[in-house]
Amino acid sequence: MVATTRKLHHFHGGVHMPGHKEASTRLPVAAAGVPERIVIALQQHIGAPAEPVVKVGDRVLKGQMIGRAGGYVSAPVHASSSGTVTAIEPLPVPHPSGLTIPCVVIETDGEDRWVDLQPLEEYSEADVDLLRARIRDAGIVGLGGAAFPTAVKLTPPADAAIDTLIINGAECEPYITCDDMLMRERPEEVIQGVAIMRRILGVRECVVGLEDNKPEAFRALQAAAAGTGIEVVQVPTIYPTGGEKQLIKVLTGKEVPSRGIPAQIGIVCQNVATAAAVYRSVRHGEPLISRIVTVTGGAVREPRNLDTLIGTPMEHLLGRCDPHLTPEDKLIMGGPMMGIPLRDGSLPTVKATNCLLAATPGDQPNQGQTMPCIRCGECTRVCPVNLLPQQMYWHARAREFDKIQDYNLFDCIECGCCSYVCPSHIPLVQYYRFAKTEIWDQEREKKKADLARRRHEFKQMRIEREKREKAERHKAAAARATAKTSAGKAGAEAATDADKQAAIQAAMERARAKREAAARAEAEPKKTANDADA
Amino acid sequence: MISAVLAITTLAVIFGSLLGYAAVRFRVEGDPVVDQIDSLLPQTQCGQCGFPGCRPYAEALASGEAEINRCPPGGEATIQALADLLGREPMPLDGEVGEEKRRMVAYVVEEECIGCTLCLQACPVDAILGAAKQMHQVIEAECTGCELCIPPCPVECIHMHPVEQGLNEWKWPFPKHQPPMGSAA
Repeated sequence: MVATTRKLHHFHGGVHMPGHKEASTRLPVAAAGVPERIVIALQQHIGAPAEPVVKVGDRVLKGQMIGRAGGYVSAPVHASSSGTVTAIEPLPVPHPSGLTIPCVVIETDGEDRWVDLQPLEEYSEADVDLLRARIRDAGIVGLGGAAFPTAVKLTPPADAAIDTLIINGAECEPYITCDDMLMRERPEEVIQGVAIMRRILGVRECVVGLEDNKPEAFRALQAAAAGTGIEVVQVPTIYPTGGEKQLIKVLTGKEVPSRGIPAQIGIVCQNVATAAAVYRSVRHGEPLISRIVTVTGGAVREPRNLDTLIGTPMEHLLGRCDPHLTPEDKLIMGGPMMGIPLRDGSLPTVKATNCLLAATPGDQPNQGQTMPCIRCGECTRVCPVNLLPQQMYWHARAREFDKIQDYNLFDCIECGCCSYVCPSHIPLVQYYRFAKTEIWDQEREKKKADLARRRHEFKQMRIEREKREKAERHKAAAARATAKTSAGKAGAEAATDADKQAAIQAAMERARAKREAAARAEAEPKKTANDADA
Repeated sequence: MISAVLAITTLAVIFGSLLGYAAVRFRVEGDPVVDQIDSLLPQTQCGQCGFPGCRPYAEALASGEAEINRCPPGGEATIQALADLLGREPMPLDGEVGEEKRRMVAYVVEEECIGCTLCLQACPVDAILGAAKQMHQVIEAECTGCELCIPPCPVECIHMHPVEQGLNEWKWPFPKHQPPMGSAA
């Protein structure tokens, strides 16, 4: 057994908590079916929203691209069933803001007819760039929850020497079992997907880590991974082992630097469901249009996992699991620790929807009247990132955003361990989320102000320059004009002077000539007279 | 007696020349306080404070001629930041100069624009694009929402729109139900 040879490490803190995972793993994964109306949000990922490429009234087929990627860090979206586009409009999506974002609404025709797919038989020898392009065009994003475009993650920066691929199957959050069921029922897809990603990254070491509360998934994966060189490792069950940085620490002993990414220490981490989606896109040409979603919680009588078309309304999923919701119950997308509450069941599923928790008050951790902090330090003891949650709480409360950053706020993974153990029921994570988004907003404002200042200064400079240039032009023109007139005058004067001089000269010449002629005339008769006399 | 006078004089000369040298060598161009204040202002250049732009207001603040509560676009946060920097008491925004409101951007109704270029000249950040007898439009990313282009427009075709908030700009609210600080705090 390969698994037993690897030395495992520990991260700081963490919490042992009841898993509540048995309920939803009793039944096999079933198809959720095709709902009448599908709502595809154009932004289901980190990065730029997709741009719609269909119009209202268009007929679309299952798997047809309806929104193309809006940038490098972005992902396309596809129709998850065949039908007619009835609207492209802003609609509410599962997001804590409750904001509406542009969505494509498809009225399904029930035929569920696929677009022409392009399978790739020899994917194990295919060009790496072709593989990346197929993954990008399939709109695959991290299915563990963050929804970061997978193709971008599989294109590490040139200066990062990647030597390890870690596949995250830990699934540490209570209630969620979608990855567990995927690994049990489709281990080959996961392992083939891992092999494809390993080839793209060109790494030798490849480890799949999953918590030891999933023995069936472990056995299935190990059988599938036999002979591939992919290591399957069981890790101790403690929340939040499924955090990317925590799993890396457990499996390799390495720590991702503060505010850094795993690529900086030569590691890329991907989720098991992402691996399966990569396999389907590369081998069969299928875009990411469905995923397994766990529907569980005290408010459903038949909790199970459903293979769900992206865009299916949450209430459609609930309807498959015999719900009995009371007014105190809450709908949560995700688990009880990190999930986001949903306003109602009409919201569509997105690529990041791993679980729909119909939670009774008993399913939600640490509910109670918020009391003053007693400085017990429990939060510090359980923080998996080694932060000081209590200090950050004081600073966030006082809105001291520069001080809270001194405590490495941005390394907080928002796992909720601190809130879970807080004896005063303080919603600590909410304070950190508040502080993070406030700081981002301030940074955006600062950037905008700097841009406005530069542009304003430039405008002032330009006006000054124009004024100066205008003045210079005027001056130059004036100078030219004076030069011209004075030069002309001088020429005229010089000319007249010369004329005058010449005239005077001529007059003087004439006068002299006259005088000389007169003198000669006077002398000659005398001479003649003298001669005659002689 | 003579030696003491000589010693003091020598010291005075040495230190005097040192200070004089330092004054030349480490001379700071401009007023750093004005720069610091200017960096806290929102740079809308709207003139609501009564000064022709953010920098003149910063200069007035630095010389103590203006109150810190005259910047409506900056609002509460700017007043707080200015109070911290200048060591003055925070005060509520002066109601006379305006009120804090959502960030807006200008928008030209293209059918009505006559291409007079008056708004182009009014825009402090050159965020309006156009030429004489050509239709004008606002570069949204660069508009500060100062509203200075509105009064010059002879056909009133410029309107202010609130900035659309996307998922990436959304902020988590401050948690409700504040627990008291408690005796331990």
